[in-house]
Amino acid sequence: MSATAAPTSPQTGEDLSMIRFADVRHDFELGKETFTALGGVSLDIADGEFVTVVGPSGCGKSTLLNVAAGLLEPTGGEVLVDRRRVEGPSPRTGVIFQQYALFPWLTVRKNVEFGLELKKVPAAQRRTIVDHYLGLVGLSDFAQALPKELSGGMKQRCAIARAYAVNPEILLMDEPFGALDALTRVHMQEQLMDTWLKERRTVMFVTHDVDEAVFLASRVIIMAARPGRIYQTVTVDLPYPRTEELRLSPEFAQLRAKVWEAVYHQPGARGADE
Amino acid sequence: MLALNVVSVAAGIGLWALVSAIGIQGLPGPAQVLAQGIELARNGTLADDVGASLARVLTGFLLGSLLAIPVGFLMGWYSIARGIVEPYIQFFRTVPPLAIIPLAIVTMGIGEVPKIFVIFLAAFLSCVISTFQGVVGVEKTLINAARVLGAGSLTVFLRVVVPASSPFILVGMRIGLGAAWATLVAAELIAAPNGLGYRMQQAQLFYDLPTIFVSLISIGVLGLIMDRILLLAEARLTRWQERR
Repeated sequence: MSATAAPTSPQTGEDLSMIRFADVRHDFELGKETFTALGGVSLDIADGEFVTVVGPSGCGKSTLLNVAAGLLEPTGGEVLVDRRRVEGPSPRTGVIFQQYALFPWLTVRKNVEFGLELKKVPAAQRRTIVDHYLGLVGLSDFAQALPKELSGGMKQRCAIARAYAVNPEILLMDEPFGALDALTRVHMQEQLMDTWLKERRTVMFVTHDVDEAVFLASRVIIMAARPGRIYQTVTVDLPYPRTEELRLSPEFAQLRAKVWEAVYHQPGARGADE
Repeated sequence: MLALNVVSVAAGIGLWALVSAIGIQGLPGPAQVLAQGIELARNGTLADDVGASLARVLTGFLLGSLLAIPVGFLMGWYSIARGIVEPYIQFFRTVPPLAIIPLAIVTMGIGEVPKIFVIFLAAFLSCVISTFQGVVGVEKTLINAARVLGAGSLTVFLRVVVPASSPFILVGMRIGLGAAWATLVAAELIAAPNGLGYRMQQAQLFYDLPTIFVSLISIGVLGLIMDRILLLAEARLTRWQERR
């Protein structure tokens, strides 16, 4: 069974594609059965675009992200980042994890500096870069703090600064605000938006939160499970910067309803097994 | 808390004095033990014994820990190493180090080597398992986070796996030190020309209870001091840990 979703590329020109998933498949064995986490996914994400990926659990959205990050080798197909094939993890690709993944034995400053040290950036330059990104995420006063002294939202801001610091071409975010309470999550969305508008990168953002998906994205990719595939694409034609008024506007509500419908009322999503 | 500790210890000594004054025949009181302690310290016997015992325990402990850390890392990092080493470790873990003493004496003589070897074994076994568990337990996301920031295998190992497993190593070292100390005294009881265990053994022959008490107290105090030093090091090195 092949369920190749038609990739939509609103920015037309194929060469503008920053992330390209070309018929990416991923199968894994569980006991005697083979599961198809990704059944041939093709998707183009344009340079500077903010794309969110939503879908029910088991639709392969995190698998898709891990393949793009080079942390998971696909069974078939390939991912190109800036026309170069992804062969493994690389500082070209920044990743932000749901569990923050800060090094607990390093201070906030040292965490952000980590990738720069590996790139052998000279100390003075490292300092400037770290100061800049700590300022951008509002953690300047916490440079010497240890991760255990930070709140969940602050930890994730530190992780965002760390990902930005190595100057990646793309940012991959795997449910970054999933562990935060609803109030903090809204703040974090606004702050991420702010950071992204100042330092524009191509972003692929995986979430299970429909509100979040619509608020952040220029395009929402809705995936379906068994096999994991792209089910629908919704273009969010709302201007940036996105504000609170926008979040409460009828246009937003309409798009939200559309995405909601596509996520929660997929034909055969539940009960109807093959 | 400290005040309570002090009161408790003072009460204990008081009870001991009382029991020896009214009770058990031949049990020396605190004053008598203290006098004997001063005497042994003055004629240099105590310093000699402590020095000999400490030299053995520290040599064995350091060698054991030094070997345990790389072996534990290898076991945690490479499944081949684990497959090769694990059966031996699991087997020797179930054999008390003391049970090795007869074999060690027969094969290595009665010099320093068999004693240090047994202590080494005790420290090594405690530390290696703890190190291995630390390495295996390193969070996968931390490793992935380092890899996406450009870290290769060696960097991941040195900058993620080593610090992340350091609390486990330190716990292993503490357990290892305790095991080493316990083993030492037993080894000296069996065959040694000096040391705290040997002194007790000699005192036993002459029914010299005060000397036995001095040795026992010395063993306890030294073990406590060494444990506290490691505990302090642990607290310093793992300050970053979230404590529940």
